[in-house]
Amino acid sequence: MVDNGRMVRQDRTLLPKSATGIQGLDEITGGGLPKGRPTLVCGAAGCGKTLLAMEFLIRGALDYNEPGVFMAFEENAEELSKNVASLGFDLVELSKKKKIVVDYVYIERSEIEETGEYDLEGLFIRLDHAITSVDAKRVVIDTIEALFSGLPNPNILRAELRRLFRWLKEKGVTAIITGERGDGTLTRHALEEYVADCVIMLDHRVTDQISTRRLRIIKYRGSTHGTNEYPFLIDESGFSVLPITSVGLDHKATDERVPTGIPRLDVMLDGKGYYRGSSILVSGTAGTGKTSLAMHLTDESCRRGERCLYLASEESANQIIRNAKSIGINLAPWVKKSLLHFHVARPTYSGLEMHLVTVNKLIKEFQPTIVVIDPLTGLTNIGTVVEVKAMIMRLIDLLKSNHITTLCTSLTHGGHDLQQTEIAVTSLMDTWLLLRDIEYNGERTRGLYVLKSRGMAHSNQIREFLITNKGIDLTDVYVGQGMVLTGAARKVQEMKEKAEAAVRREELERVKRELERKRLIMEAKINAIRSEYESAEEQLLASLKEQEMKEKTLAADSTVIAGMRKADTSANK
Amino acid sequence: MRVPAKTAKKTPTRSLSKSREVLCKSAKEESGGEIWNLRLYVAGQTPKSILAFSNLKNLCEEHLKGKYNIEVIDLIKNPQLAKGDQILAIPTLVRKLPIPIRKIIGDLSDTERVLVGLDLKATK
Repeated sequence: MVDNGRMVRQDRTLLPKSATGIQGLDEITGGGLPKGRPTLVCGAAGCGKTLLAMEFLIRGALDYNEPGVFMAFEENAEELSKNVASLGFDLVELSKKKKIVVDYVYIERSEIEETGEYDLEGLFIRLDHAITSVDAKRVVIDTIEALFSGLPNPNILRAELRRLFRWLKEKGVTAIITGERGDGTLTRHALEEYVADCVIMLDHRVTDQISTRRLRIIKYRGSTHGTNEYPFLIDESGFSVLPITSVGLDHKATDERVPTGIPRLDVMLDGKGYYRGSSILVSGTAGTGKTSLAMHLTDESCRRGERCLYLASEESANQIIRNAKSIGINLAPWVKKSLLHFHVARPTYSGLEMHLVTVNKLIKEFQPTIVVIDPLTGLTNIGTVVEVKAMIMRLIDLLKSNHITTLCTSLTHGGHDLQQTEIAVTSLMDTWLLLRDIEYNGERTRGLYVLKSRGMAHSNQIREFLITNKGIDLTDVYVGQGMVLTGAARKVQEMKEKAEAAVRREELERVKRELERKRLIMEAKINAIRSEYESAEEQLLASLKEQEMKEKTLAADSTVIAGMRKADTSANK
Repeated sequence: MRVPAKTAKKTPTRSLSKSREVLCKSAKEESGGEIWNLRLYVAGQTPKSILAFSNLKNLCEEHLKGKYNIEVIDLIKNPQLAKGDQILAIPTLVRKLPIPIRKIIGDLSDTERVLVGLDLKATK
C-alpha cells in the first residue's frame, strides 16, 4: 500500500521476532531476537554469554515449546548442566525429554594434521543431525571461535563460517552465536562480519570496588531497539535485565488518596492525604522522626489490606519493628500476614544498577502498592551525585509507572540549608514534608512543614511534631507576637497568655460591676428626686384644692351673707 | 564432475557408494606388524572425497602393504557417527589403530604431511 509516496506499514512486513523469555530483554529488543537469523552475543570472559544463550534455549523449550540445540565448543554436556543448575534449570531433564540437545565439539590442535583441501561439512552434518533429531527452532553455538585455534587454515574457516551462517538462515532457526571480546573489535576473530543482523554486547565493569553487569544492543537490523546500556543481574532465577527506556513519563495520574496514618497530617494535605502513586519525600536532620512517619504510613496501609514493601538500608527488620512498637505501632502481624515485606541491604552491597534491578524484581514478585525507601540518602555512598540522581530518577519512574505510592526519607546534615537535600531530588518528588528541629530556650522540639504538595491545597503552617508512645501527634504551635514557639516554651507562653486573659477578664468584670453600681446610684438618685417632686406636687395640689375650696366657701358665704343682709336691693326699689 | 565419477567407477566407487565397506587386504601374519585401522569420513561423493580415497589407497599400498584396513564412512547416511570421533572437517582420516588416535584432515594430497600425521616413516 502506498500512500503519499511512503509505504504504509503493515503487520506482515514487520520483522518477526523470537521471544527470549528473559525478563527485560524482550522489552529492550521490542519483542525478542530476530526470528530465523543469527544473533551475535559478545563480551569479555565471564560476562554471562553462555548463560544468556542457555537461558534463551531453555526458556524456548519450556515456555514457547521450541526445542533447541546447544553446540558447545568449550564445555561438555555435564559441565554445562552443572553450570546452569545454579540458575535453576535442569538440563538433564530437558535432554531426556528431547527438548534440548547438547553437542560437544572437541578440537585438539595437536591431534590434527592438515593435508590438503577440506571443508567443514562434518560440522554441518552434526548440526543438521542435531536440529532434525529434536526439530529444533533455536540453536546456540558457543563459541565458534574455538575453531580458529583448533584448525590451522583461517581462510577455509572463514569461508565455511560464511556458509554456516547462510545455512542457518536457510534452515530458519533462530541462532545465538557467542564470541569473546577482542582488542578493538567486537570479537576476537571478527565474527561480526558474518553475523550482522543483531549484535548484543555484555559488559562487566568494576568501578570503586563495585561491579555491575551491563548489556547493550549494538545493532539490530530491521527493528527499533533500546540503544542504552542496561544493567542486568544473574541470580538463582536466571537473567533479569532492567529495561529502563520503557520506563517513561507516561504514567496515569489518579485522584485517589492514601491516608497518611496521622489524621492531623491528612488535614494538612487538603483533608485527604497523599495522592496514590505519588512520590513523597520526608527530609530532616537526624532523629527528627522520618522513619516514624514512614511507619505510620506502613501501618495504615497494611491495615487496609494493601501490600507494603519496606526497603531499609540502615536498620535490620527486627530493629525497625521494635522501634515501631515504642511509638505504639505494631508491624509484626503485617509481616506474618505477608502484607509487609522488608528488604534490607546495605547500599554498598552492590552497585546502583543492581539496586534498581533488585527493586524491579521485588516489585514484580511482591506486587506492593506502597514502597518505603528508608533512607534514600544512603545511596550517595555508591556513586557520584550525577549517577545517584539518575538512578533515583529511574527508580521513581519505575515505581510511578507501577502506580506505587513511594515514601522516601532523606537525611540532611545540619550545616546545609534545609531546603536543599543532598542529592537534589526534590524536583522528582510530588510531596515534600520537612521535619525541622526548633531549638529555643534550652530545649529542642520538632516541627513539620508541608513544603510542597503537587496537585492539592496544603497547609503552609508549621505544626509541632510530637512523638508519643501512642504514635505521632501534630499540634498547633504558638504563633503570636512575632514568635513561633513549641514545646515547653509554648506551654509557658500559653500559660502566660491564659493568665493574662484571666486578668483582663477580671478587669472587665470589675468595670462592669462598677458601671452597674453607678447605674444603681443614678437610679436611686432619680427615684429620690422623683419622690421629692411627687411630694411637692402632692402638696401643691393639696394647697390648690384648699384654695379652691376656700374660694368656694367664700363665694357661698358671701351669698349667704348677702342674703342675710337682705341683699335684695333690687326689692327696695 | 562427470569425469571423476567415471574414473571412480573403476575400483573405489563401489566402496564409496555403499555405506560401510571394509576393504581388506590380508589380515595379520606379515612381519610382526599390527593391523592399521584407518577410517575415512566423507560426506557423499564429492571430488575431495574421491581424491582422498584414491590418495589413501595409493599411500597405503606403498607404505602399509598388507597390514591395513580402510573403512569409509559416509556421514550423509550416518550423521550420528560424526559425534563419536568428533569429526568436523571433511574429508577426515582417523587412524584408530595403532593408538594413539590421529586425525588427518584434507584430501591427503600432501603425502609428506600424511605420513607425518600417520606417524609413518617416509620411505625413500
